[in-house]
Amino acid sequence: MKHSMDVQFEQEVEQLIKDIRQHYGYDFNGYARASVYRRVKRFLANNHLQTIPELREQVFSDSFFFEGFLQEITVNVTEMFRDPAFFLSLRQNVLPMLSTYPFIKIWDAGCSTGEELFSLAILLKEEGLLDRTKIYATDINQKVLKQAKEGIFSASNIASYTSGYYASGGKQEFASYYVSNYGSLKFDSSLIKNVVFYPHNLATDSTFNEFHLILCRNVLIYFNRELQERVFTLFDDSLVDLGYLALGKKETLAMSGIFSRYAFVDKENRIHRKTG
Amino acid sequence: MRKTPDLIVIGGSWGGIKASLEILQGLPEDYKIPIVLVLHRLRDQEGNLKQLFDKRLNLKVEEVEDKEAVCSGYVYIAPANYHVLLENDKSFSLDVSDLVNYSRPSIDVTFISAADTYGEGVIGILLSGASKDGSMGLKRIADAGGIALVQDPAEAEVAVMPLAAIEAVPTCSVQGLNSLKDYLLSLT
Repeated sequence: MKHSMDVQFEQEVEQLIKDIRQHYGYDFNGYARASVYRRVKRFLANNHLQTIPELREQVFSDSFFFEGFLQEITVNVTEMFRDPAFFLSLRQNVLPMLSTYPFIKIWDAGCSTGEELFSLAILLKEEGLLDRTKIYATDINQKVLKQAKEGIFSASNIASYTSGYYASGGKQEFASYYVSNYGSLKFDSSLIKNVVFYPHNLATDSTFNEFHLILCRNVLIYFNRELQERVFTLFDDSLVDLGYLALGKKETLAMSGIFSRYAFVDKENRIHRKTG
Repeated sequence: MRKTPDLIVIGGSWGGIKASLEILQGLPEDYKIPIVLVLHRLRDQEGNLKQLFDKRLNLKVEEVEDKEAVCSGYVYIAPANYHVLLENDKSFSLDVSDLVNYSRPSIDVTFISAADTYGEGVIGILLSGASKDGSMGLKRIADAGGIALVQDPAEAEVAVMPLAAIEAVPTCSVQGLNSLKDYLLSLT
Protein backbone atom coordinates (compact mmCIF):
# COMPACT_ATOMS: atom_id res chain seq x y z
CA MET A 1 0.00 0.00 0.00
CA LYS A 2 1.08 3.50 -0.77
CA HIS A 3 2.08 5.76 2.10
CA SER A 4 -0.63 8.30 3.03
CA MET A 5 1.81 11.22 2.71
CA ASP A 6 2.53 10.15 -0.85
CA VAL A 7 -1.18 9.93 -1.60
CA GLN A 8 -1.65 13.48 -0.34
CA PHE A 9 1.34 14.74 -2.35
CA GLU A 10 -0.02 13.14 -5.50
CA GLN A 11 -3.46 14.67 -5.01
CA GLU A 12 -1.91 18.10 -4.53
CA VAL A 13 0.13 17.69 -7.73
CA GLU A 14 -3.04 16.71 -9.64
CA GLN A 15 -4.74 19.89 -8.48
CA LEU A 16 -1.65 21.91 -9.38
CA ILE A 17 -1.67 20.47 -12.90
CA LYS A 18 -5.35 21.41 -13.32
CA ASP A 19 -4.81 24.93 -12.05
CA ILE A 20 -1.73 25.51 -14.20
CA ARG A 21 -3.76 24.60 -17.25
CA GLN A 22 -6.45 27.06 -16.21
CA HIS A 23 -4.02 29.84 -15.34
CA TYR A 24 -1.19 29.49 -17.85
CA GLY A 25 -2.66 27.25 -20.57
CA TYR A 26 0.06 24.61 -20.27
CA ASP A 27 -1.43 21.13 -20.14
CA PHE A 28 0.63 18.55 -18.26
CA ASN A 29 -2.25 16.16 -17.79
CA GLY A 30 -0.76 13.67 -20.24
CA TYR A 31 2.66 13.66 -18.61
CA ALA A 32 3.86 10.43 -17.02
CA ARG A 33 3.33 10.96 -13.31
CA ALA A 34 6.36 9.17 -11.85
CA SER A 35 8.61 11.66 -13.60
CA VAL A 36 6.41 14.66 -12.75
CA TYR A 37 6.40 13.72 -9.05
CA ARG A 38 10.13 13.33 -9.05
CA ARG A 39 10.69 16.66 -10.77
CA VAL A 40 8.25 18.53 -8.53
CA LYS A 41 10.08 17.16 -5.48
CA ARG A 42 13.38 18.19 -6.98
CA PHE A 43 12.08 21.65 -7.76
CA LEU A 44 10.79 22.01 -4.18
CA ALA A 45 14.16 21.00 -2.75
CA ASN A 46 16.16 23.25 -5.10
CA ASN A 47 13.96 26.22 -4.21
CA HIS A 48 13.94 25.51 -0.47
CA LEU A 49 10.19 24.96 -0.43
CA GLN A 50 8.60 22.41 1.89
CA THR A 51 5.09 21.93 0.58
CA ILE A 52 2.94 22.17 -2.53
CA PRO A 53 0.86 25.04 -1.07
CA GLU A 54 4.09 27.05 -0.75
CA LEU A 55 4.92 26.21 -4.34
CA ARG A 56 1.45 27.18 -5.54
CA GLU A 57 1.70 30.59 -3.97
CA GLN A 58 4.75 31.44 -6.05
CA VAL A 59 3.72 29.63 -9.24
CA PHE A 60 0.48 31.60 -9.50
CA SER A 61 1.77 34.98 -8.39
CA ASP A 62 5.04 35.13 -10.30
CA SER A 63 5.16 34.20 -13.97
CA PHE A 64 8.94 34.41 -13.95
CA PHE A 65 9.00 31.79 -11.20
CA PHE A 66 6.58 29.70 -13.23
CA GLU A 67 8.97 29.88 -16.18
CA GLY A 68 11.61 28.21 -14.01
CA PHE A 69 9.12 25.58 -12.89
CA LEU A 70 8.25 24.90 -16.54
CA GLN A 71 11.93 24.38 -17.30
CA GLU A 72 12.14 21.79 -14.55
CA ILE A 73 9.00 19.88 -15.51
CA THR A 74 9.81 19.75 -19.22
CA VAL A 75 13.09 17.86 -19.10
CA ASN A 76 15.65 19.48 -21.36
CA VAL A 77 18.65 17.27 -20.84
CA THR A 78 20.08 16.25 -24.19
CA GLU A 79 23.42 15.50 -25.76
CA MET A 80 25.16 15.42 -29.14
CA PHE A 81 25.31 12.06 -30.91
CA ARG A 82 23.47 10.26 -28.10
CA ASP A 83 23.51 6.60 -29.25
CA PRO A 84 26.10 6.91 -32.05
CA ALA A 85 24.75 3.65 -33.50
CA PHE A 86 21.49 5.45 -34.20
CA PHE A 87 23.22 8.27 -36.08
CA LEU A 88 25.32 5.78 -38.00
CA SER A 89 22.16 3.95 -39.01
CA LEU A 90 20.52 7.21 -40.01
CA ARG A 91 23.52 7.98 -42.17
CA GLN A 92 23.63 4.55 -43.77
CA ASN A 93 19.97 3.53 -44.00
CA VAL A 94 17.88 6.68 -44.15
CA LEU A 95 19.85 9.55 -45.71
CA PRO A 96 20.60 7.64 -48.96
CA MET A 97 16.84 7.20 -49.43
CA LEU A 98 16.13 10.83 -48.56
CA SER A 99 18.72 11.92 -51.11
CA THR A 100 16.35 10.75 -53.87
CA TYR A 101 14.03 13.67 -53.08
CA PRO A 102 14.77 17.04 -54.70
CA PHE A 103 13.85 18.80 -51.49
CA ILE A 104 13.85 17.24 -48.02
CA LYS A 105 11.78 18.24 -45.02
CA ILE A 106 12.63 17.04 -41.51
CA TRP A 107 10.85 17.68 -38.22
CA ASP A 108 12.97 17.61 -35.06
CA ALA A 109 10.13 17.41 -32.52
CA GLY A 110 11.11 18.39 -28.99
CA CYS A 111 14.49 19.69 -30.12
CA SER A 112 15.29 21.12 -26.68
CA THR A 113 18.59 23.01 -26.59
CA GLY A 114 19.62 21.78 -30.04
CA GLU A 115 22.37 19.22 -29.47
CA GLU A 116 20.57 16.63 -31.57
CA LEU A 117 19.67 19.21 -34.20
CA PHE A 118 23.32 20.10 -34.75
CA SER A 119 24.27 16.42 -34.80
CA LEU A 120 21.68 15.87 -37.52
CA ALA A 121 22.80 18.93 -39.47
CA ILE A 122 26.41 17.70 -39.42
CA LEU A 123 25.29 14.35 -40.85
CA LEU A 124 23.26 16.06 -43.58
CA LYS A 125 26.17 18.28 -44.47
CA GLU A 126 28.61 15.40 -44.76
CA GLU A 127 26.17 13.46 -46.92
CA GLY A 128 25.74 16.49 -49.19
CA LEU A 129 22.08 17.05 -48.32
CA LEU A 130 22.13 20.06 -46.04
CA ASP A 131 21.54 22.68 -48.74
CA ARG A 132 18.35 21.07 -49.94
CA THR A 133 16.97 20.17 -46.54
CA LYS A 134 14.68 22.26 -44.41
CA ILE A 135 14.53 21.27 -40.74
CA TYR A 136 11.64 22.36 -38.54
CA ALA A 137 12.90 22.40 -34.97
CA THR A 138 10.14 22.69 -32.42
CA ASP A 139 9.78 22.61 -28.67
CA ILE A 140 7.13 23.55 -26.12
CA ASN A 141 9.69 25.73 -24.43
CA GLN A 142 10.64 29.06 -26.06
CA LYS A 143 13.67 29.49 -23.86
CA VAL A 144 15.37 26.31 -25.07
CA LEU A 145 14.56 27.24 -28.68
CA LYS A 146 16.55 30.43 -28.21
CA GLN A 147 19.46 28.40 -26.86
CA ALA A 148 19.21 25.97 -29.76
CA LYS A 149 19.44 28.86 -32.22
CA GLU A 150 22.66 30.02 -30.60
CA GLY A 151 24.29 26.61 -30.88
CA ILE A 152 26.51 27.11 -27.86
CA PHE A 153 27.10 23.98 -25.81
CA SER A 154 29.17 23.29 -22.74
CA ALA A 155 32.68 22.04 -23.49
CA SER A 156 32.54 19.68 -20.53
CA ASN A 157 31.02 16.96 -22.71
CA ILE A 158 33.41 17.40 -25.60
CA ALA A 159 35.13 14.04 -25.15
CA SER A 160 31.91 12.06 -25.41
CA TYR A 161 30.59 14.26 -28.24
CA THR A 162 33.78 13.77 -30.20
CA SER A 163 33.83 10.00 -29.77
CA GLY A 164 30.10 9.93 -30.55
CA TYR A 165 30.70 11.89 -33.75
CA TYR A 166 33.35 9.47 -35.01
CA ALA A 167 31.34 6.41 -33.94
CA SER A 168 28.42 7.78 -35.96
CA GLY A 169 30.54 7.72 -39.09
CA GLY A 170 31.93 11.26 -38.91
CA LYS A 171 34.05 12.15 -41.92
CA GLN A 172 35.77 15.37 -40.88
CA GLU A 173 37.73 16.72 -37.99
CA PHE A 174 34.97 17.21 -35.38
CA ALA A 175 36.70 20.34 -34.13
CA SER A 176 36.17 21.96 -37.53
CA TYR A 177 32.48 22.42 -36.66
CA TYR A 178 32.93 24.58 -33.60
CA VAL A 179 34.98 27.32 -32.01
CA SER A 180 35.99 26.70 -28.43
CA ASN A 181 35.79 29.63 -26.08
CA TYR A 182 35.77 29.97 -22.26
CA GLY A 183 34.47 26.48 -21.58
CA SER A 184 31.85 26.52 -24.30
CA LEU A 185 31.63 25.42 -27.89
CA LYS A 186 30.02 27.66 -30.48
CA PHE A 187 28.91 25.58 -33.43
CA ASP A 188 29.06 26.80 -37.02
CA SER A 189 25.81 28.72 -37.56
CA SER A 190 25.77 27.86 -41.27
CA LEU A 191 24.74 24.36 -40.12
CA ILE A 192 21.34 25.73 -39.18
CA LYS A 193 20.79 28.28 -41.91
CA ASN A 194 17.90 26.19 -43.26
CA VAL A 195 16.36 25.52 -39.87
CA VAL A 196 13.10 27.10 -38.76
CA PHE A 197 12.57 27.24 -35.03
CA TYR A 198 9.20 27.57 -33.50
CA PRO A 199 7.18 26.68 -30.44
CA HIS A 200 4.98 23.63 -30.82
CA ASN A 201 3.28 21.74 -28.03
CA LEU A 202 2.97 18.04 -28.83
CA ALA A 203 0.26 17.73 -26.19
CA THR A 204 -2.10 20.26 -27.76
CA ASP A 205 -0.97 21.51 -31.18
CA SER A 206 -1.71 19.85 -34.49
CA THR A 207 0.12 18.96 -37.68
CA PHE A 208 1.60 21.86 -39.66
CA ASN A 209 3.44 20.32 -42.62
CA GLU A 210 4.46 17.08 -44.30
CA PHE A 211 7.83 15.55 -43.62
CA HIS A 212 10.15 12.91 -44.98
CA LEU A 213 11.69 12.27 -41.59
CA ILE A 214 10.49 12.96 -38.06
CA LEU A 215 12.93 12.70 -35.18
CA CYS A 216 11.47 12.57 -31.71
CA ARG A 217 13.90 10.82 -29.44
CA ASN A 218 13.46 10.51 -25.68
CA VAL A 219 10.65 13.03 -25.58
CA LEU A 220 7.69 10.65 -25.44
CA ILE A 221 9.08 8.87 -22.37
CA TYR A 222 7.76 11.82 -20.35
CA PHE A 223 4.20 11.24 -21.63
CA ASN A 224 1.61 8.68 -20.59
CA ARG A 225 0.22 6.11 -23.03
CA GLU A 226 -2.77 8.24 -24.04
CA LEU A 227 -0.70 11.29 -24.88
CA GLN A 228 1.86 9.11 -26.65
CA GLU A 229 -0.94 7.80 -28.84
CA ARG A 230 -2.04 11.33 -29.67
CA VAL A 231 1.49 12.22 -30.70
CA PHE A 232 1.93 9.04 -32.77
CA THR A 233 -1.24 9.91 -34.67
CA LEU A 234 0.05 13.45 -35.14
CA PHE A 235 3.31 12.09 -36.54
CA ASP A 236 1.45 9.66 -38.77
CA ASP A 237 -0.58 12.55 -40.20
CA SER A 238 2.62 14.55 -40.69
CA LEU A 239 4.66 11.93 -42.55
CA VAL A 240 4.64 11.39 -46.31
CA ASP A 241 4.16 7.83 -47.50
CA LEU A 242 7.46 6.01 -47.04
CA GLY A 243 8.53 8.69 -44.57
CA TYR A 244 10.72 7.80 -41.60
CA LEU A 245 10.01 8.03 -37.89
CA ALA A 246 12.89 7.84 -35.41
CA LEU A 247 12.24 7.31 -31.71
CA GLY A 248 14.50 6.86 -28.69
CA LYS A 249 16.17 3.53 -28.21
CA LYS A 250 13.75 2.32 -25.54
CA GLU A 251 10.61 3.98 -26.87
CA THR A 252 8.15 1.68 -28.53
CA LEU A 253 5.59 2.16 -31.26
CA ALA A 254 4.40 -1.41 -30.74
CA MET A 255 1.51 -0.49 -28.41
CA SER A 256 0.20 2.14 -30.83
CA GLY A 257 -2.66 1.90 -33.30
CA ILE A 258 -0.42 3.13 -36.12
CA PHE A 259 2.15 0.35 -35.59
CA SER A 260 0.72 -1.95 -38.27
CA ARG A 261 1.36 0.68 -40.95
CA TYR A 262 5.04 0.92 -40.08
CA ALA A 263 7.99 -1.33 -40.79
CA PHE A 264 11.28 -1.37 -38.94
CA VAL A 265 14.21 -0.01 -40.88
CA ASP A 266 16.40 -0.61 -37.85
CA LYS A 267 14.66 -2.21 -34.89
CA GLU A 268 17.55 -1.82 -32.46
CA ASN A 269 17.70 1.91 -33.13
CA ARG A 270 13.93 2.38 -33.44
CA ILE A 271 13.87 3.75 -36.97
CA HIS A 272 10.49 3.07 -38.62
CA ARG A 273 9.16 3.63 -42.10
CA LYS A 274 5.57 4.37 -43.02
CA THR A 275 4.69 1.64 -45.45
CA GLY A 276 0.92 1.43 -45.54
CA MET B 1 -0.20 -14.27 7.18
CA ARG B 2 2.00 -11.63 5.63
CA LYS B 3 1.13 -10.47 2.15
CA THR B 4 3.52 -11.39 -0.66
CA PRO B 5 5.61 -8.36 -1.67
CA ASP B 6 4.73 -6.63 -4.97
CA LEU B 7 8.19 -5.79 -6.25
CA ILE B 8 11.85 -6.56 -5.67
CA VAL B 9 14.39 -3.89 -6.60
CA ILE B 10 18.09 -4.74 -6.63
CA GLY B 11 21.00 -2.34 -7.01
CA GLY B 12 24.73 -2.80 -7.39
CA SER B 13 27.79 -1.53 -9.19
CA TRP B 14 31.29 -3.01 -8.98
CA GLY B 15 30.78 -6.69 -8.20
CA GLY B 16 27.03 -6.25 -8.51
CA ILE B 17 26.61 -8.33 -11.66
CA LYS B 18 28.17 -11.41 -10.10
CA ALA B 19 26.33 -10.93 -6.81
CA SER B 20 22.93 -10.45 -8.44
CA LEU B 21 23.45 -13.47 -10.69
CA GLU B 22 24.12 -15.50 -7.60
CA ILE B 23 20.96 -14.56 -5.75
CA LEU B 24 18.70 -14.76 -8.82
CA GLN B 25 20.03 -17.98 -10.30
CA GLY B 26 17.92 -20.37 -8.29
CA LEU B 27 14.57 -18.61 -8.73
CA PRO B 28 11.94 -20.57 -10.68
CA GLU B 29 10.55 -19.33 -13.98
CA ASP B 30 7.11 -18.78 -12.45
CA TYR B 31 8.45 -16.67 -9.58
CA LYS B 32 5.59 -14.48 -8.42
CA ILE B 33 7.34 -11.19 -7.74
CA PRO B 34 8.66 -8.97 -10.54
CA ILE B 35 12.31 -8.03 -10.14
CA VAL B 36 13.97 -4.80 -11.27
CA LEU B 37 17.73 -4.73 -11.50
CA VAL B 38 19.70 -1.48 -11.57
CA LEU B 39 23.38 -2.02 -12.21
CA HIS B 40 25.84 0.72 -12.99
CA ARG B 41 27.46 0.20 -16.32
CA LEU B 42 29.45 2.06 -18.90
CA ARG B 43 27.20 4.68 -20.42
CA ASP B 44 27.34 3.44 -23.98
CA GLN B 45 27.58 -0.24 -23.18
CA GLU B 46 25.16 -2.17 -25.33
CA GLY B 47 22.65 -4.76 -24.19
CA ASN B 48 24.98 -7.62 -23.34
CA LEU B 49 23.87 -7.61 -19.70
CA LYS B 50 20.56 -9.01 -20.90
CA GLN B 51 22.31 -11.89 -22.67
CA LEU B 52 24.48 -12.56 -19.67
CA PHE B 53 21.48 -12.87 -17.34
CA ASP B 54 19.33 -14.61 -19.94
CA LYS B 55 21.78 -17.47 -20.14
CA ARG B 56 21.97 -18.05 -16.40
CA LEU B 57 18.43 -17.46 -15.11
CA ASN B 58 15.20 -19.41 -15.31
CA LEU B 59 13.28 -16.14 -15.26
CA LYS B 60 12.69 -14.16 -18.43
CA VAL B 61 15.07 -11.22 -18.77
CA GLU B 62 14.16 -7.92 -20.44
CA GLU B 63 15.74 -4.52 -20.76
CA VAL B 64 13.09 -2.06 -19.63
CA GLU B 65 11.07 -0.47 -22.44
CA ASP B 66 9.18 2.74 -21.85
CA LYS B 67 5.57 2.21 -20.60
CA GLU B 68 6.01 -1.56 -20.49
CA ALA B 69 3.84 -3.32 -17.86
CA VAL B 70 5.59 -4.74 -14.77
CA CYS B 71 4.92 -8.50 -14.83
CA SER B 72 5.84 -11.45 -12.64
CA GLY B 73 8.22 -14.03 -14.04
CA TYR B 74 10.52 -11.28 -15.30
CA VAL B 75 13.80 -9.71 -14.34
CA TYR B 76 13.85 -6.18 -15.77
CA ILE B 77 17.25 -4.62 -16.33
CA ALA B 78 17.62 -0.83 -16.31
CA PRO B 79 18.90 0.13 -19.78
CA ALA B 80 22.19 1.99 -20.18
CA ASN B 81 21.84 5.77 -20.06
CA TYR B 82 18.24 5.86 -18.75
CA HIS B 83 16.75 6.25 -15.29
CA VAL B 84 13.91 3.83 -14.57
CA LEU B 85 10.74 4.98 -12.78
CA LEU B 86 7.60 3.10 -11.73
CA GLU B 87 4.12 4.39 -12.50
CA ASN B 88 0.99 3.92 -10.38
CA ASP B 89 -0.55 1.71 -13.06
CA LYS B 90 2.38 -0.71 -12.56
CA SER B 91 4.24 0.20 -15.69
CA PHE B 92 7.70 1.61 -16.30
CA SER B 93 8.63 5.11 -17.38
CA LEU B 94 12.10 6.01 -18.55
CA ASP B 95 13.88 9.28 -18.00
CA VAL B 96 17.05 10.78 -19.45
CA SER B 97 17.42 13.74 -17.07
CA ASP B 98 20.67 14.54 -15.26
CA LEU B 99 22.93 11.91 -13.76
CA VAL B 100 22.24 11.17 -10.09
CA ASN B 101 25.27 10.18 -8.00
CA TYR B 102 27.23 10.35 -11.28
CA SER B 103 25.03 7.59 -12.63
CA ARG B 104 22.29 6.99 -15.16
CA PRO B 105 20.64 4.63 -14.41
CA SER B 106 20.76 5.65 -10.77
CA ILE B 107 19.74 3.15 -8.09
CA ASP B 108 18.38 5.93 -5.88
CA VAL B 109 16.02 7.09 -8.63
CA THR B 110 14.46 3.65 -9.09
CA PHE B 111 14.37 2.78 -5.38
CA ILE B 112 12.69 6.08 -4.46
CA SER B 113 10.16 5.71 -7.25
CA ALA B 114 9.43 2.11 -6.22
CA ALA B 115 8.85 3.23 -2.63
CA ASP B 116 6.57 6.08 -3.80
CA THR B 117 4.53 3.74 -5.98
CA TYR B 118 4.45 0.42 -4.11
CA GLY B 119 4.94 1.65 -0.52
CA GLU B 120 5.32 -1.22 1.93
CA GLY B 121 5.17 -3.78 -0.88
CA VAL B 122 8.79 -3.25 -1.91
CA ILE B 123 11.88 -5.27 -1.09
CA GLY B 124 15.08 -3.32 -1.76
CA ILE B 125 18.43 -5.09 -1.95
CA LEU B 126 21.79 -3.33 -2.23
CA LEU B 127 24.78 -5.38 -3.29
CA SER B 128 28.49 -4.92 -3.86
CA GLY B 129 29.54 -1.58 -5.31
CA ALA B 130 32.05 1.23 -5.29
CA SER B 131 29.45 4.00 -5.13
CA LYS B 132 27.08 5.35 -2.50
CA ASP B 133 24.20 5.40 -4.96
CA GLY B 134 21.19 3.51 -3.60
CA SER B 135 21.45 4.21 0.12
CA MET B 136 19.02 7.15 0.03
CA GLY B 137 16.63 5.04 -1.98
CA LEU B 138 16.94 2.14 0.44
CA LYS B 139 16.18 4.48 3.31
CA ARG B 140 13.07 5.66 1.46
CA ILE B 141 11.98 2.03 1.01
CA ALA B 142 12.45 1.35 4.73
CA ASP B 143 10.62 4.57 5.68
CA ALA B 144 7.68 3.58 3.49
CA GLY B 145 7.39 0.28 5.37
CA GLY B 146 9.20 -1.90 2.82
CA ILE B 147 12.02 -4.34 3.48
CA ALA B 148 15.65 -3.16 3.28
CA LEU B 149 18.32 -5.80 2.68
CA VAL B 150 22.06 -5.30 2.24
CA GLN B 151 24.78 -7.69 1.18
CA ASP B 152 27.23 -8.41 3.99
CA PRO B 153 30.09 -5.94 3.32
CA ALA B 154 32.60 -8.51 4.57
CA GLU B 155 31.77 -10.75 1.64
CA ALA B 156 31.08 -8.03 -1.00
CA GLU B 157 33.65 -7.57 -3.74
CA VAL B 158 33.59 -3.84 -2.99
CA ALA B 159 32.12 -2.80 0.35
CA VAL B 160 31.47 0.91 -0.28
CA MET B 161 27.84 0.51 -1.34
CA PRO B 162 26.79 -1.91 1.42
CA LEU B 163 28.59 0.17 4.07
CA ALA B 164 26.90 3.38 2.90
CA ALA B 165 23.54 1.58 2.96
CA ILE B 166 24.06 0.28 6.49
CA GLU B 167 24.96 3.77 7.64
CA ALA B 168 21.89 5.29 5.98
CA VAL B 169 19.51 2.52 7.09
CA PRO B 170 20.73 1.16 10.44
CA THR B 171 17.60 -1.01 10.66
CA CYS B 172 18.37 -2.86 7.44
CA SER B 173 19.03 -6.57 7.47
CA VAL B 174 22.61 -7.50 6.52
CA GLN B 175 22.96 -10.92 4.90
CA GLY B 176 25.29 -13.04 2.84
CA LEU B 177 24.37 -13.91 -0.74
CA ASN B 178 23.32 -17.45 0.19
CA SER B 179 20.93 -16.21 2.80
CA LEU B 180 19.54 -13.51 0.44
CA LYS B 181 18.93 -16.20 -2.13
CA ASP B 182 17.14 -18.46 0.37
CA TYR B 183 15.04 -15.52 1.51
CA LEU B 184 13.90 -14.69 -2.04
CA LEU B 185 13.11 -18.36 -2.63
CA SER B 186 11.04 -18.52 0.54
CA LEU B 187 8.72 -15.73 -0.60
CA THR B 188 6.62 -17.81 -2.97
